[in-house]
Amino acid sequence: MTDLLECSSLSKRYGNEPPALDEVTFSTETRGIFALLGRNGAGKTTLIRILATELQPTSGSASINGMDVLRDTNRIRQQIAVMPQEARLVPWLTPRQTIYSYLLYRGFGRKEAASKVRDALEKLGLGQYENVVNRRLSGGVKRRVLMSTILATDARILFVDEPTTGLDPLIRADLWATLRELKRTHFIFLTTHYLEEAERLADRIGILENGRLLTLGSLGELRAGMKYQVSMRILNGGSPFEPKVGEVFKGEDGSTQIFTSEEDADRLTEELVKEKRRFSIYPISLEDIFYYLVRRPIEEDTRKEPRENGDRHEE
Amino acid sequence: MKSSRLSQVYASILIDALYQMKNYPITLVSNVLAPFSVLVLILLVSHGDLLSISIEGALITSMISGGVNLQIDLSHMKNDFKFQDMLVSSPTSAFAYALGMGMAALANSIPALAVLTFLSALFIRATLVGALTVLCVFALMFAFSVALGFMLSTFSTDIQQNRAFVSILTIILATIAPIYYPITYIPASIRFLAYFSPATYAAEIAQNAIGDLQLTAVNLAADWVVLVAVCLALFAVAVKKSHWRDP
Repeated sequence: MTDLLECSSLSKRYGNEPPALDEVTFSTETRGIFALLGRNGAGKTTLIRILATELQPTSGSASINGMDVLRDTNRIRQQIAVMPQEARLVPWLTPRQTIYSYLLYRGFGRKEAASKVRDALEKLGLGQYENVVNRRLSGGVKRRVLMSTILATDARILFVDEPTTGLDPLIRADLWATLRELKRTHFIFLTTHYLEEAERLADRIGILENGRLLTLGSLGELRAGMKYQVSMRILNGGSPFEPKVGEVFKGEDGSTQIFTSEEDADRLTEELVKEKRRFSIYPISLEDIFYYLVRRPIEEDTRKEPRENGDRHEE
Repeated sequence: MKSSRLSQVYASILIDALYQMKNYPITLVSNVLAPFSVLVLILLVSHGDLLSISIEGALITSMISGGVNLQIDLSHMKNDFKFQDMLVSSPTSAFAYALGMGMAALANSIPALAVLTFLSALFIRATLVGALTVLCVFALMFAFSVALGFMLSTFSTDIQQNRAFVSILTIILATIAPIYYPITYIPASIRFLAYFSPATYAAEIAQNAIGDLQLTAVNLAADWVVLVAVCLALFAVAVKKSHWRDP
């Protein structure tokens, strides 16, 4: 059995709309955390739903550890658990009842389910909320109960669709800690549009845009695959500045973002210092990679209609 | 049925009936009272003349509302809580889930059924065959409404669609069908409309069984044929059109 999640020319179309997934092909090891990044509507949820056997693809194939998502559905379902995007707890249940029922649905007997509920609640520090009706719980606790629900199973492959959307920074950090702990024993397929989340948690990252997978690899590999290594931001002020290096994006606030090589960055830094301009310089980050890749196809597709956040020119 | 499947059925009964009534006792009160609104109205208007028919009508309504409410609950589980997505991607079987939710609908109806059965014992004089016939009709109506509820829930995407479905179902199953009164109360010129509802056939059979309506053998047989055929057809459509994994 291969420990790989593999997609081959995976596509999904809803009616006559543009494809939600367009010939997506990749493979990644089923260990650690794989983060799928993309803007709203990029196709993240569609991909996760196909892999989690909730949705049929229009064409192509996908498999998890050698099990085909269409042919080996029952075997896959034994081994995965899913926390869907915008999942909400059933308001009239308590956390204990929620997890207990879910375990019964998964085929556990009553005694085993009851024992697993206690463990799962304790693991995420939810013991005190065990018998509080879900509708009375705070947003963060609700999300932890959901996480606890899928953790209570024996599934070692977890699909977690935008788990931290709408959570405050402290609760988000709590959940990150949980995910970090979990990745030692589970494979977590995570979708998010928080770049920081992927940067901090993921072992491997994929970027999806308009249903197409733009890149995939570890953060180091994504950086190495970039044409440029340095990102510079020159703040608005003084006379117009038109650098002739790398790739330049102009922001709505008038600032100028430049992706460039280390040598060009050195030269440009000297120039900017001489002109007494305010600027920042740093190694290219996941955020830079994301914006670079996501802006590029959009602007290439719509050259005649420049985006609101500025025109781009290449040297 | 394997023990894991039984666990799945039990889980639905817990979530959608027992825990709901335990944590929200108001739903228990509502479940008891639901069939009595029209029953009381009919009793008052008829000065008690339609007592037995309206008790029987209330029993049929309980069966039908099981399916209507099931459609709402299933849709909430699917669209609002995304709970059904968690189940689809788990070892839960579609059949066990649907059966469990159907059983939950029945469990929710039990408080009302208990009161109505008690009233039936007091006010309806039926033979053993008549009582069994009525039970059979109720079971068919329940199966019909559950199949309908499950099928509609797979198409429904939000609360507005739910409301539309509920409204249409209520009209078809409980408004145009003469379940609280004899069909002869409907003016002859528009009586044919009532026969668009399967509940009409159920009501005629039940009213005949307790002696409130005299059907010819041919009419009775025709009612059975239509009722069973509609139920089977609906089941066939529900099995074919309902989907567990989204297409």
